[in-house]
Amino acid sequence: MNKKAPGVLAPALALLIAGNAFAQSGRDYINIVGSSTVYPFATVVAEKFGKSTKFKTPKVEATGSGGGFKLFCAGVGMQHPDVSNSSRRIKQSEVDQCKKNGVDEIIEVKIGYDGIAIANSKKSKPVPLNLKDIFLALAKEVPNPKGGETLTENPYKTWKDVNPKLPDQPIEVLGPPPTSGTRDAFAELAMEGGCKTIGWIKALKKKDKKQYKKICHTVREDGAYIEAGENDNLIVQKLEANPNALGIFGFSFLDQNGDKVQASPINGVNPEFDSIADGQYPISRPLYFYLKKAHVKVIPGIKAFMAEFTSEKAWGDEGYLTDRGLIPMPKKERMRFQNDVKMLKALKDLS
Amino acid sequence: MSAGLPRKKDTIEIVRRGLKKRHAAARRFKFTGVAAVGMSLFFLSLLFVSIFSKGYSAFRQTYVHLDVSIDPEILGVGAHPDMNALANGDYGGLRKAALRTMFPEVKKRREKRALYQLVSSGADYQLRDAVMADPALIGTTLSLWVPADDDVDMLIKGHIRRELPEDDRRLKDYQIAWIDRLVAAGRIENRFNTILFTAGDSRDPEQAGILGALVGSLFTMLVTLSLSFPIGIAAAIYLEEFAPRNRWSDFIEVNINNLAAVPSIVFGLLGLVIFLTYFDLPRSAPLVGGLVLTLMTLPTIIIASRAALASVPPSIREAALGIGASPMQTLLFHVLPLALPGVLTGTIIGMARALGETAPLLMIGMVAFIVDIPTGIFDPSTVLPVQIYLWADSPERGFVERTSAAIMVLLIFLIVMNALAVILRKSFERRW
Repeated sequence: MNKKAPGVLAPALALLIAGNAFAQSGRDYINIVGSSTVYPFATVVAEKFGKSTKFKTPKVEATGSGGGFKLFCAGVGMQHPDVSNSSRRIKQSEVDQCKKNGVDEIIEVKIGYDGIAIANSKKSKPVPLNLKDIFLALAKEVPNPKGGETLTENPYKTWKDVNPKLPDQPIEVLGPPPTSGTRDAFAELAMEGGCKTIGWIKALKKKDKKQYKKICHTVREDGAYIEAGENDNLIVQKLEANPNALGIFGFSFLDQNGDKVQASPINGVNPEFDSIADGQYPISRPLYFYLKKAHVKVIPGIKAFMAEFTSEKAWGDEGYLTDRGLIPMPKKERMRFQNDVKMLKALKDLS
Repeated sequence: MSAGLPRKKDTIEIVRRGLKKRHAAARRFKFTGVAAVGMSLFFLSLLFVSIFSKGYSAFRQTYVHLDVSIDPEILGVGAHPDMNALANGDYGGLRKAALRTMFPEVKKRREKRALYQLVSSGADYQLRDAVMADPALIGTTLSLWVPADDDVDMLIKGHIRRELPEDDRRLKDYQIAWIDRLVAAGRIENRFNTILFTAGDSRDPEQAGILGALVGSLFTMLVTLSLSFPIGIAAAIYLEEFAPRNRWSDFIEVNINNLAAVPSIVFGLLGLVIFLTYFDLPRSAPLVGGLVLTLMTLPTIIIASRAALASVPPSIREAALGIGASPMQTLLFHVLPLALPGVLTGTIIGMARALGETAPLLMIGMVAFIVDIPTGIFDPSTVLPVQIYLWADSPERGFVERTSAAIMVLLIFLIVMNALAVILRKSFERRW
């Protein structure tokens, strides 16, 4: 017994000492957190940066956009991340949270766009949709088909019920769960986009914004929309096995699996590189990262890393990020953000 | 006597009549057991076959033979460059020039880009390392095998079918024609994929390896073992041999049993609050991962060790005490060695579970993209199951086979650990 007691205490003591030693010694690599949509792009830049410079390779964690800001805004210091990726713009509440913890200078950088594709297996025919079809097929409550300004539980069972031009097959859509940023963007851009085409619901937006959002963003729960998890590869596999189903996933997965799945044109536009870049394809969203200004001088390599990320060879029209499915911004916008980073111009207000 | 005989006959008769039924029941019972074992074996082999059939091709990688003329002009260095200039040279330019000399007819910008994509950009670093190791190479022509791009690799391995329409493939018709020419010239070869075992993670499948995750797993397991083994045994010995039986010890026992059943993510949350926030330990470090997994495995080890200690016959203790050994001597020299096989089994089962764990590591930042191979327990690192998860989630086709390959490596790791447990148990085991 006596022999064992010090054996138990020693590791605990060592732990305390080690912890303190680490907190003082600092960190020599860049710490990046945030969106899993930006993750594939941030990691590529990080790897190139680590291999081609004398700095260590930055560490990139996929925590989701919200989770990323939570960590990012926890304070200034070695133990907090330097960069947070996001598949949406930072929210006012998050800026306030940051301020409260002493993170008052944040640099906002938009890196490009990401398209969300709706696709099905190559074994069946493509299903051309418009946003209204998407809303009517997937919303929990839809306007009464008999007319009038009332809502009813979604009665549609097949695509043909939604729109007579569509094939007579059951509505079966595999998509991301509510925790995913892709789902948020899908609800906002596709569902709401379709919802707005109905006059009286659009009018509701001014009167009762909450009710409007509830109608437009709530996805049906009767089995027609199947939550297939965060793994987009899995959705592609399931589509292959079930030719009747449609799937929702990021453009980069469509790009890599062109032999297995085909995209549905939305409002007559196919999700392609150019159509997303010029905004013709309706379901695309901007991607961002946010940098903590207070860390720029403390962590080695941040400036060089930023220069790499915002260089033409990375995010330009023919940069290596476009090979991974990032849709570049117009040149003017790129120059503006590149300049913001160089000058370390902090975000003033969200407008 | 005369009454006994027929009665005996009757009994035999009754036994005989039931015998068939009883034998059938026994056969059925045995058959259920065989069926259960067969079923498990079937599913196990299904798992192995599916992983192996997907993953075996990842152990080979397509290489392209390049003749790179190391032109100081393209490289952008002078005649006598220093190491710093060499490190920053344009090795991508050398690679592109080498490909252009092989296919001089390619002139269009778009086609040139497609041509450069045939070879992995990892070739640039390979070139850089070669030149930096021997600066005398500048001005000469270096002939070397470099990894092909993952799309080329997938085509050569047959994972991309060439008979599909051009729009549906990632490789264009003219790219496939180039590849066919390279194959015909003997410049493409399928070799053992050493990169898989010598590199850290990468976003390019052809440059991605599992060494980083393997080392991370090793460090994490080391921390877990060196903490949970002594603490677990000490706790088990005290509770089993010394603690008085009262309400407190019952309370502790119930709690340990409960902890063994707590979902692992809860330990991750606990680790986040205690080790990261309170102790200020680094995020994503094997040290913290090991600590969290220690918390998770401790109950398993304690329960198994207590059971092992309890199974040592009391006669051993009594004999030792009887010839004058102190309680501590009894324990250390007689009881513990006999209980050791059971203790080790429990420990290794706990460790094997810890090795496969991802959920608690998510909370402490070990689910991350880490390229550099960790050199200590403070460096950011990831572990094997996390690497599998990250690869399974990657869009590039080349990661499908690498995911299965990583699973195979994890399984081998587990099999080695379990084999070790069996060997240790066999060498310490004593029967009575």
